[in-house]
Amino acid sequence: MTDPLSPPPRKNPQKRTRVPTRPSHVRSRAALGFAAAAAEGRFMLQTCAECGAVQYPPRDACGSCLSVELNWTDVSPAGRLIADTTVRISTNVYFRERTPWRVGTVRLDIGPSVMCHVHGDVAVDDPVRLSIKLDKSGQGVMFALPQKATPNMEDDPHMREMTCDPKHRRVLITDARNENAPALAQALAEAGASLIFVGEAESWHPYPHRATLEKIANVEIMPLDVTDTASVTELAAEIGGKTDILINNARFVRPGGIMDRGDVIFSRDEMEVNFFGMMRLAQAFGPAMRGRGADGDNSATAWVNILSVYAWSNMPEFGAFSASNAAALSLSQCLRAELLQGGVRVMNVFTGPTEDEWHQPLPPPKVLPAALARAVVGGLKDGLEDVFVGDVAKDLIDRWRAGPKILEREMLDTRGQG
Amino acid sequence: MTTTADPAALLTGLAQSLSSGAVKVVDLTHTLDPDFPVIVLPPEFGQCAGFRMEEVSAYDHRGPAWKWNNFTCSEHTGTHFDAPVHWISGRDLPNNSVDTIPADKFVGPVCVIDCSEGASQNDDFELTPEIITAWEAKHGRIPEDCWVLMRTDWSKRRGDAYLNMREDGPHSPGPTPEAVRLLVEERNVRGFGTETVGTDAGQGMHYTPPYPAHYILHGAGCYGLQCLNNLDRLPPTGALLCTAPLKIKQGTGSPLRVMALVADNGAVS
Repeated sequence: MTDPLSPPPRKNPQKRTRVPTRPSHVRSRAALGFAAAAAEGRFMLQTCAECGAVQYPPRDACGSCLSVELNWTDVSPAGRLIADTTVRISTNVYFRERTPWRVGTVRLDIGPSVMCHVHGDVAVDDPVRLSIKLDKSGQGVMFALPQKATPNMEDDPHMREMTCDPKHRRVLITDARNENAPALAQALAEAGASLIFVGEAESWHPYPHRATLEKIANVEIMPLDVTDTASVTELAAEIGGKTDILINNARFVRPGGIMDRGDVIFSRDEMEVNFFGMMRLAQAFGPAMRGRGADGDNSATAWVNILSVYAWSNMPEFGAFSASNAAALSLSQCLRAELLQGGVRVMNVFTGPTEDEWHQPLPPPKVLPAALARAVVGGLKDGLEDVFVGDVAKDLIDRWRAGPKILEREMLDTRGQG
Repeated sequence: MTTTADPAALLTGLAQSLSSGAVKVVDLTHTLDPDFPVIVLPPEFGQCAGFRMEEVSAYDHRGPAWKWNNFTCSEHTGTHFDAPVHWISGRDLPNNSVDTIPADKFVGPVCVIDCSEGASQNDDFELTPEIITAWEAKHGRIPEDCWVLMRTDWSKRRGDAYLNMREDGPHSPGPTPEAVRLLVEERNVRGFGTETVGTDAGQGMHYTPPYPAHYILHGAGCYGLQCLNNLDRLPPTGALLCTAPLKIKQGTGSPLRVMALVADNGAVS
C-alpha cells in the first residue's frame, strides 16, 4: 500500500514558488502514438498489419518483416516486472528535483519488454498492468501499476506527477447556473478536493439548484460571469493563485443552425460564453496556473473544458452551437500548448446531448449530470486529455476517426439524430 | 401661471441659478454596470444584453498614451429610454425612433407620483386612476406634454430583490391599464417613467392588454423611461427633466443620462 497523502501545509509566503521544469519532450514522430494513446487512457502499441508482430519501441518499419504498415492497436497491458533500479542522480533538472526515482523493465505477456516508470506498490516479479501516462511534458510514458488496485495507490508521488488527482486540490467550477454544477461539485468533494469554488453569474435572479450546491462540503460560491472580462479578472485576482484545477462548465446552447435563426444574436451569445469565455478565463487564470505547475502537492494541474462532441462534426439541428464548440476545441489546443510550459494539462470532456432543458425533445441516450461528473473526475484521476462521455459521443468519435467526410454526410441526413 | 420673460434673460437667469445652486441638477441615472439587472424573458426568446466593457488599451503596449474601452449593451440596458417603435403598437407611427424624435421632446416638465409607501408593503403595487386623481387633488392637474414618473423607491433595491423573480415571474409595481389610459388619453402626457426594470409591472403580462404601459404609451407615440434612480429627490411638480437618448439610427431606445433641474428652495439666489 501507499502512504496516504497528507493535506499539504499552508504555503510558506517567504519561499519562492518553484518554477515548473519538464522531463525530456523529444520524441520521434512514430513515438507520438504513445501521447495519443495516453490522452485517452488506452494501452496501444504498433502492430504489423502484415505479420502481426507487436512492436516496441515505436518504429517506422516492422522489426520482423520490414512492412511499413504499423497500426497503433489496443493490446493487453498485462506483464511482469522483471527488473528495477532506483535513479538517485540525474542531469535532467526535472528528475534531479524528484530523485530518488524508480524505473524498471516489464516483460509484456504479448512479447516486448518495456522500460518504464514503476509504481511504489510493485515489486520485482510481481504481475503488473502497464499503462501509458502523460508526463509533465505531455508525452506518453510507460508506467507499471499493480495488477490489482492497492490502498491509496493514487497517492504514489510518481503517479501523482502523471495524473491530475483532485485530492487536496482547490477547484474552480466556472458556472453555478449550469444544471451539472451540483453533480460536478459533489463528485469533486467525494474525490477529496479541499476547496470547490463555484462561479455564479447574474446573482440578481434565482436558479433552482443553488441550495443544493451550497450544501455540498467545501463549496464556496463566488461571483463570476465568463462573458464579463472585469468579473473574470477580479475573481482571478482573488483566487487565481490557489486554483489548482479549473473546470469550465459554462456554456450557452440554443437549438438552430443558420437559416432557422435569421440573426446572429444567439450565435454571439454562444461565442461569448463557449469561445470568448474560455479565452477570458485563460487570460486571467492561465498565467498563475502555468506558474504553479510544480507548487507542491497541491500544484496547479489541470484545465478542463466541457465541450460538445459536435465540435468534431457539425450537428445541423444545433448547428451554430456546434460551430462555437469547434472554435472552442481549436482554442483549447492553443491553450494546451501554452499551459504545457507549466506542466498543466488541458482535458477536454466531449459529450453528446445532455439531459437538460435544451435537449429535452431529443431522444435518449442523453448524458446525465452525474455521468458527466464521473467522467470529469475519472479523467482527472487518470490524467487524460480527451474524454468521450456517453454512447453518442463515443460513437461519434469512432465514426469521425473512420472517416470524417462520411460522418459529415451522415450528419446532413440525420439532422442531428447521429 | 405663465411668465412672459425675455427668453435670453430666462436662460441667463437659469445659468446663474445653476451656478449659485438655486437650481440643482439631480442625476436620475444608475451606473452602467455589468451587474445591473436586465429584463429576463423566457430563454427561447432573444435576451436583453447586459452592459459589458472590454479594455482596448490602458497606457500600455496596446496604446501607450491612452486608455479606452469598447462597450456593448442593449438599447434597453440600465437607465434607458423607450421610443414608440419599441412596441408593436407604435411601429407605424411617424418619428417613432430615437433618431427621429424631435429634440425639444428631450427637455420638459415632470410630475412625480409618490407610490413608495404602497410599494414598500406590496411588491405588486398598482398605480390606479384613483391614485392619480388623488394626487391631482393635492398638486393640480397633470399638464399636457408632461413626463409622469412613478416613484416607488424600487431603485434602492439590490441584487435579486430588484427583479424579484419568482416561479411565476417578476413581481414589481406598475400602472394598471386604466391608469395608463388616463395619462395618455385624458392628460396627453409626453411619457411615463419608473424605477423598475420596465414601465410595466412585473406581472404586467397578465393585464388586458398585456404590458399596458408599453402598449398604450407607445401606441400613442409617448415615451418611456425605466430603471430611474433618485426619484425621492424630486418634488411632486416643478422639476425639469432632461432625457436625451443616443441618436441611434432607427433605434428603439437607448441608455441615457437622465437629469432633473430642481429648484432648491433653501438656497439663496
